[in-house]
Amino acid sequence: MCLGVPGRVVEVNGLVALVDFWGTRRKVRLETVDQPVQPGDYVLVHVGFAIRRIPEEEVAETLAFYEQLIHMAEEADLMSADVRGEIDAADTGEQP
Amino acid sequence: MKPRSDVHPWQRLEFRDPEKVQALRATLHRLCRDLAEPISVMHVCGTHEQSIARFGLRSLLPRNLNVIMGPGCPVCVTDMPEVDEAVVLARQGITIATFGDMYRVPGSVQSLAEAKAAGADIRIVYSPWDALRLARTLDRDVVFFATGFETTAVATAAVILSDPPSNFSVLSAHKYIPPVMEIIAEMPDTRVQGFLAAGHAATITGWKIFERFVQRHQIPVVVGGFEPLDILAALVQLVELIRAGTPRVVNAYPRCVTPEGNLQAQRLLWEVFEPVGGTWRGIAHIPNGNLRIRDRYRMYDARYRYDIDLDELLREAPPRLIYECICGDIMAGIASPYDCRLFGKECTPQNPVGACMVSSEGTCKIWYEYGGHIIIDDRASSME
Repeated sequence: MCLGVPGRVVEVNGLVALVDFWGTRRKVRLETVDQPVQPGDYVLVHVGFAIRRIPEEEVAETLAFYEQLIHMAEEADLMSADVRGEIDAADTGEQP
Repeated sequence: MKPRSDVHPWQRLEFRDPEKVQALRATLHRLCRDLAEPISVMHVCGTHEQSIARFGLRSLLPRNLNVIMGPGCPVCVTDMPEVDEAVVLARQGITIATFGDMYRVPGSVQSLAEAKAAGADIRIVYSPWDALRLARTLDRDVVFFATGFETTAVATAAVILSDPPSNFSVLSAHKYIPPVMEIIAEMPDTRVQGFLAAGHAATITGWKIFERFVQRHQIPVVVGGFEPLDILAALVQLVELIRAGTPRVVNAYPRCVTPEGNLQAQRLLWEVFEPVGGTWRGIAHIPNGNLRIRDRYRMYDARYRYDIDLDELLREAPPRLIYECICGDIMAGIASPYDCRLFGKECTPQNPVGACMVSSEGTCKIWYEYGGHIIIDDRASSME
């Protein structure tokens, strides 16, 4: 529940961003992020809200861990399930 | 670093940078070699425990370094009367939206899952925003039963500030982490000598918030990330501070945590919520540990809008008392799941007795899934 998952911003429309999480695209709310967000930025997302824009030089380091959890772990793995849950928390509705 | 063939299946995942892991482990062993007394440190985050248990990190630690999980699972510390309030509202015909983890947590008489089986309308949501959208599509009242620490409360605050429809309100069971650290530090039985603070909660609050705690209790705090390397690096810093007797706050997760934190998120959080005292299930009354919706937003506060009569619920059936569950001691760091007579027997994820076995962030569920101590590397034991 305190897990944030990083994703790449594809498109910004007001307070909503379309964010790509390893191929899964979701709408993310931007009310809660304290820096301007543009396409290409990476943001840390928790329960469908961006809580931090990840500095460019930190992106690779941040992504690596989650990639492991998403691609290498079994479906039923507790921690991977929480990561996927965070991705699912973002809005699947209409495009921004 | 090859896992043994007979390890728990989850631990087939290898460390991303085995050399760094070995170096950090060697440093920890060197730092702990000549300690007069064992050291106990506490983390307060379900995700930390998932990572520690999943990657078998305890098996890499020196035997005299004890890493315990404190009250880091928001679902687990949600008090039973808070679940009861949601059940009462559900039985009044109000739609309850809540996170999946909360669904099966036992209340005094019923869980929300049992209320649903008896005909109530309970919806599982992943995000507070889903609850808001649900209210917009339904022509009945929707209450979002909101659990989670400050990281999640920020999202609830943003929803309340988004001009929700009049059929939407929030039953807040949100909790605030810094005050519970004070209480744990003062518990005589716990003897925690250092705290590993949760990286994503600190993304919101910033790391400077822990300075007053360190000053008051002379206990060091290291803010850490969730990857095995992050956790080991934070433990090295924590043990160094404990050994040197120089308590201070160290930020070992600078890629997500800044001194002041996310000021925009803090503005939303404190605009909507105020800290008030409340009971954390199984632990204690925590002054300033609960987040209450301020009066200026009380039209969105379910406790203001509805008459929630718990007595009526409790009259209907005697509260089921969980006599033998030791969740409280586990979350206070006094006991481990292996000390519980029910663990893995009467109490399992399929049939949970206590909340710690329900949530994916509960110590008992995590240990049930991953084990508490698993040796994943032969060298781990031979190097001790």
